[in-house]
Amino acid sequence: MLDKAMAGGRRYWSWMAFLLLLAAAGFVCYCRQLSYGLGITGMSRDVNWGIYVAQFTFFVGIAASAVMVVLPYYLHDVKQFGKITILGEFLAIAAVIMCMLFIFVDMGQPLRVFNVLFYPTLHSMMFWDMLSLGGYLLLNAVISSVMLDCEFKHVPPPRWLRPVVLFSIPWAISIHTVTAFLYNGLPGRSLWFTAILAPRFLASAFASGPALLILLCLLLRRLTSFDAGNEVIRRLGIIVAYAMTVNVFFLLLELFTALYSHVPDHGEAFKYLFVGLEGKRPLAPYMWLSVGMAGAALVALLVPSFRKNQRVLALASVFVFVSLWLEKGMGLIVAGFVPSPLGAVTTYAPTGPELGIVLGVWAIGALVLTVFYKVTISIREAS
Amino acid sequence: MKITRKAFLRIAGGSVLAAGAGKLVKAISDVAPPPAAVSGSKSTAEGGRATTQRWGMAIDFEKCRKGCDDCIRACRLAHNVPRIPDSAHEVKWIWEEPYEKVFPSQRTDYGRQDLAGSQLPVLCNHCADPPCVRVCPTQATWKRDDGIVMMDYHRCIGCRYCMVACPYGSRSFNWFDPRPYIKPLNSQLPTRTKGVVEKCNFCEERLADGLLPACVEACPQKALVFGNLNDKDSAVRQTLRARYAVQRQPELGTEPSVFYLV
Repeated sequence: MLDKAMAGGRRYWSWMAFLLLLAAAGFVCYCRQLSYGLGITGMSRDVNWGIYVAQFTFFVGIAASAVMVVLPYYLHDVKQFGKITILGEFLAIAAVIMCMLFIFVDMGQPLRVFNVLFYPTLHSMMFWDMLSLGGYLLLNAVISSVMLDCEFKHVPPPRWLRPVVLFSIPWAISIHTVTAFLYNGLPGRSLWFTAILAPRFLASAFASGPALLILLCLLLRRLTSFDAGNEVIRRLGIIVAYAMTVNVFFLLLELFTALYSHVPDHGEAFKYLFVGLEGKRPLAPYMWLSVGMAGAALVALLVPSFRKNQRVLALASVFVFVSLWLEKGMGLIVAGFVPSPLGAVTTYAPTGPELGIVLGVWAIGALVLTVFYKVTISIREAS
Repeated sequence: MKITRKAFLRIAGGSVLAAGAGKLVKAISDVAPPPAAVSGSKSTAEGGRATTQRWGMAIDFEKCRKGCDDCIRACRLAHNVPRIPDSAHEVKWIWEEPYEKVFPSQRTDYGRQDLAGSQLPVLCNHCADPPCVRVCPTQATWKRDDGIVMMDYHRCIGCRYCMVACPYGSRSFNWFDPRPYIKPLNSQLPTRTKGVVEKCNFCEERLADGLLPACVEACPQKALVFGNLNDKDSAVRQTLRARYAVQRQPELGTEPSVFYLV
């Protein structure tokens, strides 16, 4: 079936060449990092994790969000979603691959990556995160390849597939829960030390993932013969509206506890995020941009006449995605390190090579997604 | 039977998965025991009076002299600790921090004014319940029976999760090759490579030879008292009985083995 990805027009191949070029540039940056060390990045003694781990966290959310199209179709019989469950699952696969790459490029000794398997450590959340992400990748690979195969052969999916799909629903919840557990069980990291972190992660995932799916559906309609249909886009819009509302609500709950209590440890990281500490406010412009976009998106999503307008919905989806990308894909992780255990306010900014590597991983994710979508659409066109 | 390419890939993929799963099941069933203690000998500077050992240190900051860094220099020499000028990438085993950074919850607005701004030595606390050990995905850092939190530089994958988990900032990552910054370099002693975490090891190799840690030995004021916390007659226990002592952030439940005498 993969041969279908090898037949495309000029536009398809230019896009693929562009992505390959970006991936190659990222690879060159990575080789430099490999030879010099992680000192090539903006990370430091105080800010131990940066954009790699932050982007990992964000894309675990995108991966988990596939459940937002699978669940309505399989549990609530929302027939229209039948057309796009496979798009959601392929998005999940691409996102999990990106997550794995982001963790890999963050390692100081990448050649020792299999030590995690050679010395499985049950008390380390990183071990469980690896298991849950690996399992999720496997589940989605099996489900989507069997589904596609059946579409190709014009046969209904085998009966055993349904329980596997149902099993993938709680598994999707688990990947983001365990990812939250990476952070919220650590003494002395007050920003993350909150039981609501996993629900927050899930809410932001279920907003950003379906927002991306809306944009992908609109893009596919414009560029290809595939049309998800207005009803699918309308329903996805409702999902984004609910999830984004819950996400903002959760964030306000965090702010209340941290700021009303006046407990310094709990408030400081939020102050650093939004107004700065010791005169340093590197994240504040991005955080306010995130807040502004979230606010605008909420207005657009909650007023039915706005949401029903697909142009407005598309813009709201962009806003939701970018807003959460800034908040979760950068702010939440970096600010967790400020102030440091010894009270230092250390500024982190990704360096050129670091951003090159991030772009490279993005390009690989987009490449994987493009190939999968191309194959799917070609099969559907043929039938 | 004709094997198509697709069928072959299916079988090959399946076997790889099965092999991997088998390995994993085996690994989980005999949950890897922590690496055996490097030093087998329990005998040491304190003698064998206590049945169990928990190495600990008391730091008397009344005695600690301003401007003296003998302990820090002795440590660098004893462990080939690099001196990296760029503070973002420093590697530190024992170093100085101002009082209010070491004890952030102790306000000095109205109390002893001499404490504010005074420098205290800080190092790995060798916690009884170390978060770094809990989070490490490869057991590259582990706690020995004698309480020392150890590092296996050859197993560490450089994920820095231990640094994120340590509430004391006691761990350092090698952001690049540290060797050019080790001066003087003692070729008899090990060095570290880029991409791994390192920290104070309470001079476990000296303890094995019945010697005190290098910093304790180097202090001209005898401000660092070292010994077995489980032995009520040890020097460190006698000191802790006689003086009021505090640990760094005891509310986190890590139970540090390093005490500060007020």
